Amino acid sequence: MAEKSDLPQGTLDLLILKVVALGPVHGYAIAQRLEQVSRGVVQVPQGSLYPALHRLENRGLLAADWEETESEAKFYRLTRKGRTQLETEAASWQRLIDAVGLVLKLSEGGAE
Amino acid sequence: MNWWQHLLHRRKMEDQLEKELRFHLDQHASELIAHGHSPDEARRQSRLALGGPEQVKENCRDARGTRWLEDLLQDFRYAIRMLGKQPGFAAVALLTLTIGSGATTVMFTVVNGVLLRPLPYPEPDRLVAIHGRSDSWNTAVYGEQNVAYPDFLDCQRSSRTLAMAGFLYNGSIAGEPGDPEYADRREISSDLFSVLGVPIQRGRAFLPEEDRPGAAPVIILGHSFWRRRFATNPNALGQSLVLDDKSYAVVGIAPAGFQLDGQEPDVFTPLGQNTAGFLRNRRVHPIGVVARLHPATKLSEAQSELAVVGHQLAGQYPDSNAGRSFVAEPLRPEVGDVRSTLWLLLGAVGLVLLIACANVASLLLARAVSRERELAMRVALGASRGRLVRQCLTESAVLGLSGGVLGVLVASVGFRPFVQFWPGTLPRADEVQLDWRVLLFALTASLVSGLLFGLAPALRTPVRDVERTLRAGGRTLAGSSRCLHNSFVSSEIALAVVLLAAAGMLGRTLLRLSSLNPGLNIHNVLVTRMALSPAALAHPAGIRAAWQDVLDRGRRVPGVESIAAVDTFPMRQGENQLGYWNTPAVPPENQQPLALATSVTPDYLKVMGIPLLKGRFFDDHDRRGSDPVIVIDEVLAQQAFGTEEPVGKRLWIPEMSGPNWSEGNDSLRVVGVVGHVRHWGLARDDQAQVRAQFYYPFAQVPDSALRRWSELMSVAVRTSIPPLNAIEPLRHELRRATGGVGGDQALHEVRNLEQLASDSLARQRFLLLLFGIFAGLALLLACIGIYGVLAYLTGQRVPEIGVRMALGATARDVTRMVLRQSLGMIFVGVGVGILAALAVGRLLVHTVDGMQATELSTFVITIPVLIFAAMLASFGPARRASRIDPISALRQD
Repeated sequence: MAEKSDLPQGTLDLLILKVVALGPVHGYAIAQRLEQVSRGVVQVPQGSLYPALHRLENRGLLAADWEETESEAKFYRLTRKGRTQLETEAASWQRLIDAVGLVLKLSEGGAE
Repeated sequence: MNWWQHLLHRRKMEDQLEKELRFHLDQHASELIAHGHSPDEARRQSRLALGGPEQVKENCRDARGTRWLEDLLQDFRYAIRMLGKQPGFAAVALLTLTIGSGATTVMFTVVNGVLLRPLPYPEPDRLVAIHGRSDSWNTAVYGEQNVAYPDFLDCQRSSRTLAMAGFLYNGSIAGEPGDPEYADRREISSDLFSVLGVPIQRGRAFLPEEDRPGAAPVIILGHSFWRRRFATNPNALGQSLVLDDKSYAVVGIAPAGFQLDGQEPDVFTPLGQNTAGFLRNRRVHPIGVVARLHPATKLSEAQSELAVVGHQLAGQYPDSNAGRSFVAEPLRPEVGDVRSTLWLLLGAVGLVLLIACANVASLLLARAVSRERELAMRVALGASRGRLVRQCLTESAVLGLSGGVLGVLVASVGFRPFVQFWPGTLPRADEVQLDWRVLLFALTASLVSGLLFGLAPALRTPVRDVERTLRAGGRTLAGSSRCLHNSFVSSEIALAVVLLAAAGMLGRTLLRLSSLNPGLNIHNVLVTRMALSPAALAHPAGIRAAWQDVLDRGRRVPGVESIAAVDTFPMRQGENQLGYWNTPAVPPENQQPLALATSVTPDYLKVMGIPLLKGRFFDDHDRRGSDPVIVIDEVLAQQAFGTEEPVGKRLWIPEMSGPNWSEGNDSLRVVGVVGHVRHWGLARDDQAQVRAQFYYPFAQVPDSALRRWSELMSVAVRTSIPPLNAIEPLRHELRRATGGVGGDQALHEVRNLEQLASDSLARQRFLLLLFGIFAGLALLLACIGIYGVLAYLTGQRVPEIGVRMALGATARDVTRMVLRQSLGMIFVGVGVGILAALAVGRLLVHTVDGMQATELSTFVITIPVLIFAAMLASFGPARRASRIDPISALRQD
């Protein structure tokens, strides 16, 4: 099993939005998917998942419906506002990663 | 969902949250079971992974963002439950708060109506008043100056920023001979109503072409006059009304309650139809001017424009307009000296509210101490300190708001009697009513006071030593809390001292003022304005004959001892201030000393009972053509001549020395000295700017001024019967007295001099009464506070007292111990209170006429009262403490 990392501040919201963007999904499935997709690197403390979901719902980025499967479950989906938010956040995350990558790629000797 | 939807569906959301979490656990558990775990183990592991479900729920609730509101509602319900559980505490606290906030709201309602509400015209903030200024006019001493009619017309014509209207005070006799009535008239320019933005209720306003000499006489009736004279008959329009022997066609009726300069005139006529000479003279400034700023212009633009016009006029008419300018200022209600009285009362009533707050604070504090265990328990269960402080503050806010609501109820019935009780007429009394400003004030005041009295108990919420508090069982009383209690009681006492001392000062002032000698005999004197028959005013000889006839007839009325005519009389508004000098080298106008000039007929001294000190008073030989004479009072004698003999000396009085006034004489001869009269009223005279007085014979007033003087004259009568009984015979006789046609002259504004003298102290008396009431309330509240705090403190000390008694303390020792404790608080309060009262005393001296600085005797009288009352309040708890049975006290707890 790979080494587990703590999530950087604020990234949980971005990850949740991304997972939900793939289609309506309930809370437990979100936790599972995050863990699977990140190959176990990212482990979301389940206790903080639900407050985050509720916060996103409250901000209008997520919407929720109750659906009957084997028992009644709350399925989250992305709102239009949530999709925009996801795009901007993902883009800025990408920029950050690129920038951090560039800095890390600098050879020890500085400018050649 | 909105925050209010969250609140509405709170129950449903809780269910859903529960369901959602349960679904998560179920899913996790069934997956674990599929991996081969036992069901019990699976449930345990899934729970571990999620964390404490209650904690997750709390975090989810926080994420909703309506947490504070839910807490608030919860606290609110809790507070109401707590109050319901302790009805005694709730009743005392609410009563105290209702007294404080009710009194404060009543005062604020009056302050709001009289001082704060804008004028009752549309867009009042665009209205301005225009005043004249000149180099030789000291506005601080004389007040604002009006504008000459030609100057007004020029300003009106040339202004691009202002729509201007003018008005002139006048009085008239309305009605046919045999049924005359005095009518308060304003001559107005045609656009007055449109400038003020007030529509005429019926009919129309004046047309511009009616505002000219020679136009058809038209009249607008005031609403009250219409009701009085025409019984609100709409057919009054088109009828005619005789005013000063001239018939006017009624064209309009002003709306009900329409006021100009704080008064509701009876009738309005066009100003431009008045052809009197003084309206053509730029040296005479009788016109009041109001104006409305055109849209999108600023006051500063109007001001600079007026300055330019003033400059042009000064260049064009240097004789009359040199040094004259015009200023525009925002139009404000005319309320006179009521302003300072009202703020003073609001301040006093604010002190009562503060005392009430201190009272409730100490009650709450006592409760907070006994609730210490409950609060400690909550802390132990995980409540944060901030949360507990918020809860305590919510409780006091609930108390404060309930007090505020009750206070508004008290105010809604209380302000009317207050307004009626006001001495004289309260300006703008119609405007006094409950409105949003009052409600906002009451809301703010009650919330702020809730915060004030809730803060101390709230900050006591435990943080440390929770387990010690829990173990101690509420028996101990921390020293800091006792200190707080003491300081609340002390501050209540200090505030009560301030109010008591103020009431004492007012009482002493009133006593001193009422015992002052007014300088004349105020008993059995009637003074009344007298409007001569318009026919008599036609020529000077007619005016002189008419006045002589009035005096002759009046003297014959049964019950009349003596009668005189006079232009301005003491203790009533209206006076004529003239500059004088004691050598021919008269300095410029603004450096001359001033004296009050009074024009009288010879019997004036007899009527008023003013003592003649030297020389003689006037007689029938002082007339036009004889040497112009004056009689001065002792103050003027002292100011003008010092220790020299004044009789026979001369005074130079520029206003009365013109060629057409004294026929070549440049000065007036002093023929006698009389006693000083408190012209400005009993209270104000000592502080008045101009106190010196002189009298001159009405018979020597020149023909040219006679008509104007005649309009100003009053009749003063000394009676041998109660003065009010003499009014009707006098009115009857004088109505017939004339210089020509009969039956068309009227007495109005009949006053009793004794009443005027007493009215001149009405403000002091009223203030004393209210301060007395406030001080009484303050004393009562402070006593309740002392009683409550001592009862509580001794209650807390029962075990300690039990120990003391078991060790041999007698009942008397215990009583003494408790009383000593209360005396400590009382003395600290009295000490602080005396210092504060000295400061407040200074304020009173500045705002109330006739007040003298705080004297020691004021405190000597009032403080023992307070200490006595306070000791009385402490006696109950002390006695109870002394009766404690040591055995049961030690067993307690």
